Amino acid sequence: MSTELFFQYIAAGLTYGFIYAIVAIGFNIIYNTTGIINFAQGEFVMLGSMTAITLNAFMPLPLAILLSVLITMIVGAIMEMLFFRWLESPTVLRMIIITIGLSIIIREIALAIWGENVRALPYFTGNEVTSVSIFGAHISPQVLWVIGICSIVVVALQMFFKFTRYGRQMRACAANREAARLCGINAKNMVTLSFVLSAGIGALAGCVVSPITYSQYNMGVPLAIKGFTVAILGGLGNSMAAVAGGLVLGILESFSVWIMPSAYKDAISIAILLLILFFRPGGLFGRKEELALKEF
Amino acid sequence: MRNIYLKILALTITVVGIDLVTNAMDKTYYLTQLTMSLYYAMVVLALVLLMGYAGQISLGHAGFFAIGGYTTAVMSTINLLPYKDKPLINTLDKLRLLVLREDLYGDQILSFNPWVGVLLSLLIVAIVAYIIGIPVLKLKGHYLAMATLGFGIIVYRIVLGTALFGEADGISDVPAFKILPGLSINGEMDTKRMNYYIAAFFVVVLVYLLLNLINSRPGRALRAIHGAEEAAEASGIDTAKYKLKAFVISAVITALAGALLTHFNGGIGPSEASVMKSVRYVAIVAAGGMTSVWGGLSMAMILNFLSLRGYFGSYDDAVFGAVLILIMLFAPEGLLSLKIRTGIKKKTKQPHNI
Repeated sequence: MSTELFFQYIAAGLTYGFIYAIVAIGFNIIYNTTGIINFAQGEFVMLGSMTAITLNAFMPLPLAILLSVLITMIVGAIMEMLFFRWLESPTVLRMIIITIGLSIIIREIALAIWGENVRALPYFTGNEVTSVSIFGAHISPQVLWVIGICSIVVVALQMFFKFTRYGRQMRACAANREAARLCGINAKNMVTLSFVLSAGIGALAGCVVSPITYSQYNMGVPLAIKGFTVAILGGLGNSMAAVAGGLVLGILESFSVWIMPSAYKDAISIAILLLILFFRPGGLFGRKEELALKEF
Repeated sequence: MRNIYLKILALTITVVGIDLVTNAMDKTYYLTQLTMSLYYAMVVLALVLLMGYAGQISLGHAGFFAIGGYTTAVMSTINLLPYKDKPLINTLDKLRLLVLREDLYGDQILSFNPWVGVLLSLLIVAIVAYIIGIPVLKLKGHYLAMATLGFGIIVYRIVLGTALFGEADGISDVPAFKILPGLSINGEMDTKRMNYYIAAFFVVVLVYLLLNLINSRPGRALRAIHGAEEAAEASGIDTAKYKLKAFVISAVITALAGALLTHFNGGIGPSEASVMKSVRYVAIVAAGGMTSVWGGLSMAMILNFLSLRGYFGSYDDAVFGAVLILIMLFAPEGLLSLKIRTGIKKKTKQPHNI
């Protein structure tokens, strides 16, 4: 393999890897505050990009993206308030099934609104054929947008959780809900906030990646599965590890096309998911002592 | 135990009653959808065994269904005529495992007897479920759900991407399955009633077996696992073994339904392997109340029949999604529990803490 081709694959892998990482972080945020895996996580990505595409017809791109992120955040909030907030100590199975049902409903609504057409946002800078040369590889500037914006999102989230009042309250809820409530934190609002946050970053990821991967009403499910794979790879709940996991999966997938027909590409990442679940359910970076305390 | 025979008798009378009513109303064309619903009901019952009794969720049952259906479809449509002189094929022919027939275009085609295909599909699914089950059933909650979902998607992707399985077109021209002389599963107009009764026979037998299982030693063990796995383990129940058995049996029943429906429909397509199908089965089991054979069976018949007759139109998937959400929000113990709860106080039930 020539070096140009090698870097081409790496760039493609990084692009997808960052998107998977963002979806995985979305999973983690909700998982940490509620213990739910939100199977509708991929639907936020779809909603974000589809809404932005529609809005972009009436307004400039940055405004369309901003609005679509806000709209998706509202959807996330409504979802939490309507379906989770008032449930008293629901079982895991019940939660799983509700989020699966929600993902189907959101998808069907999207199908009714946007139809089966494949759409895309325009390139943020340049067009389909513009390319930047890095290490001899020709890379679309959009790839740099994806990598840049996703990195900013990851860093911003870390800052949010470390230094802001709400971020710290959310972490307190994740660590011990009862204790957090005793300290006067409104745990229910923190849960809503976690849905809002993860909807928002999902939508933003959907917007930046849309020019490259295109958007369709059913793009959510594969993204959710891969995001989950990545979340597991890094260890559920651990967001920085999810970024590493995302990049690993993205690059593996990108190189797998080189060896196998691309029809099986999805099967590869799911096979990785199964292997991880079977052999290291605590993730690649999970510590032994911690794992002994967890249930899988 | 006489109770069970009464229930089975009631079920048999219902089966005959439905046939007589459709006949009297001159709507015998309903029988086709009823037959299909019966086969789907087998999957739901298999899932009641796994989810309701053993307490293990599976979002991959459409995968088992598809493996069953596709195996028998491939075996009964593959043309071995060009290899007729090869010793292996010759031996198979001598063992009467092969049949010569004419396909849609009138060409001669030599393929496996459907008996071989159906039995092989059960065998393959049993092996797959066993191999998958050992690691998968160690997982719980979200992890179990995602692992089974992942399995289902892998089957779907393989079916969709492999030429042998007809890719997006699926496999058509699957011949009739002649169970006994004069008794065959096919989609012909004149055997509609017979096929309805064949499917009903399988369902009745399955219900009988499940009802018997509840009160048996394995049945009690499974319910103990559902209630509290650690406690069951501490009481000396080999939880891993029972869970695996329930998983394999559930998968094999599902595969049987897939294989039989494929012969009835005369073909199978990749949509049978899709995630939505798996979710649909779970939705029906949930609507029936998870642990209830009767709830599962009646919901499977009603919802599948309505869906197959096209009453939900293009909102088919949305309807099942809505069923899932509403049931889980308002009646996590199934539709039948709603009425009872408002009236007499129900006996306390085991929590569904899977």
